[in-house]
Amino acid sequence: METLIEPLGFAFFQKGLIVATLSGALLGFVGVYIVLRGMSYIGHGLSHAIFGGYAAMQLFAAQFYVLGAGLWGIASAIAITSVARRGRVGADAAIGVITTASFALGVALFSKFGSSGPSFDNALFGSILGITNSQIIWLVVVMIFAGLVVLLRYRELLFTTFDPDVAQASGIKVARVEALLMIVLALSILVTLTVIGVTLVAAMLVIPAVIARMLTDSFGRMLAISTVVGLACGLVGMYLSYYAGVPSGTMIVLVGAVAFLVVFGVTGIRGRERAAGIDDHTGPRATISA
Amino acid sequence: MSDDGLIHLASVSAGYGRTTVLHDVTLSIDATAFTGIVGPSGAGKTTLLRVLLGLIEPSSGTRTTAPGLRVAYVPQLETVDWKFPVTVFECVLMARTEHRFWPWPSAQERKAVAAVLERLGIGDLADRHIRELSGGQQQRMFLARALLREPQVLLLDEPTSGVDINTRHDVLHLLGDLHDDGMGIVLTTHDLNGMATHLPHLVCVNGHIVAEGAPRDVIVPRVLEETFGARLEVLQHLGMPIVVDTSHPMREPIER
Repeated sequence: METLIEPLGFAFFQKGLIVATLSGALLGFVGVYIVLRGMSYIGHGLSHAIFGGYAAMQLFAAQFYVLGAGLWGIASAIAITSVARRGRVGADAAIGVITTASFALGVALFSKFGSSGPSFDNALFGSILGITNSQIIWLVVVMIFAGLVVLLRYRELLFTTFDPDVAQASGIKVARVEALLMIVLALSILVTLTVIGVTLVAAMLVIPAVIARMLTDSFGRMLAISTVVGLACGLVGMYLSYYAGVPSGTMIVLVGAVAFLVVFGVTGIRGRERAAGIDDHTGPRATISA
Repeated sequence: MSDDGLIHLASVSAGYGRTTVLHDVTLSIDATAFTGIVGPSGAGKTTLLRVLLGLIEPSSGTRTTAPGLRVAYVPQLETVDWKFPVTVFECVLMARTEHRFWPWPSAQERKAVAAVLERLGIGDLADRHIRELSGGQQQRMFLARALLREPQVLLLDEPTSGVDINTRHDVLHLLGDLHDDGMGIVLTTHDLNGMATHLPHLVCVNGHIVAEGAPRDVIVPRVLEETFGARLEVLQHLGMPIVVDTSHPMREPIER
């Protein structure tokens, strides 16, 4: 009990714990759609792209870096979708080019001009130092937004994720729903980036969702389980990172990985059957089709 | 509504990127349609269906639809990720795209889904995961989802491929009943004897419309040769044409 209460004496840990727990829940929630659509590489790419925007904005208007990085992320998301949709370049290749270039730009700017915010390591692997109240508010706002989007567009999101062609034929504006999801994804990455870290955000989009998939065959339950798993990873990972003295993001992801192994072992063949082929980038469905 | 029917294509060409698959297609679908689109693989059957559905924009020509047109689409079974985490009930409910504030189904919606599953003979499978269904049951589930939309026109892509002979008969009879109830039906098929010759109206496609009409008028060697690029013989059996491939004769039975 002492181990649980002691770190709470520090204000920075309190804030870190709140942000890590909420971040885990948000990424777990959004991750269900990302994984079922085979979009995890987009999540991975977007976090890197946003890092570029973040570093660039610091040079010009440090106080607006969240806004700038957010716009940069959404612009990258739209660029990826439009390049891939025209069918000239595969989605994965488009992501590789656009987001890695953006990340490289961010690294270059960071090395040359330094940072007025978190250090390079903290940006990459996550840190709970220097979390501001406004960051927490932004995180809560994005959570409410993501929750409302899913609540109000539940069936449209499900239909377009399962079967976009039939959804379109049934009168759903698929491109609009997908754009909305990309915005939710970009915003979710943006507000969780500092505590989880640029290089580790994608893992938290994938791990809770895959764990949830192994545990259930129902979409609604998968959404709930994935959110809870993400939340728990954030909470447990945060404590472990405090005691182990390692960056928060790394510990959160490691907790997730251990949870994955446990569930993988416990659910046995049934769980493996359920999750087989999930978010597979080797098959013919791996590209975004027009 | 104009005289052009529910969906009308006028001199439509369409394809993917720079490849044009369909050339100069003019076709009308109305509420009395019971039409089979036949042709070999790569002839543009699915493309034509997708143009009718509005999933592909014509590169030239025009597609017009009746105001407020309600269509439903049954895709090929292979196009779907059968490991996707939904139950039969959840899948069929997708057809009701608009929901109240809360996403879960209303009592009325539950009743509607149960009724349509019952009609298709899979009422007891509502809570199963979609992976656990046979090919025939998967086809019925998609039909259930389509019917829940109460469409004016139902379009089906190869509805009898991958299902057994009994399901094929059931699907044909069900489509016949729906047609009698005033629903327009359009389907693609490469199965001439099992499917096409049983339909009242056929459109033979091979990059363009080769012929259109009743089976007795279009299931003739000249049209079939132009459509399939192979010489096919047509026999008559109980007043129905039967197509026999004479250009590729079957080899002798293999003796053990």
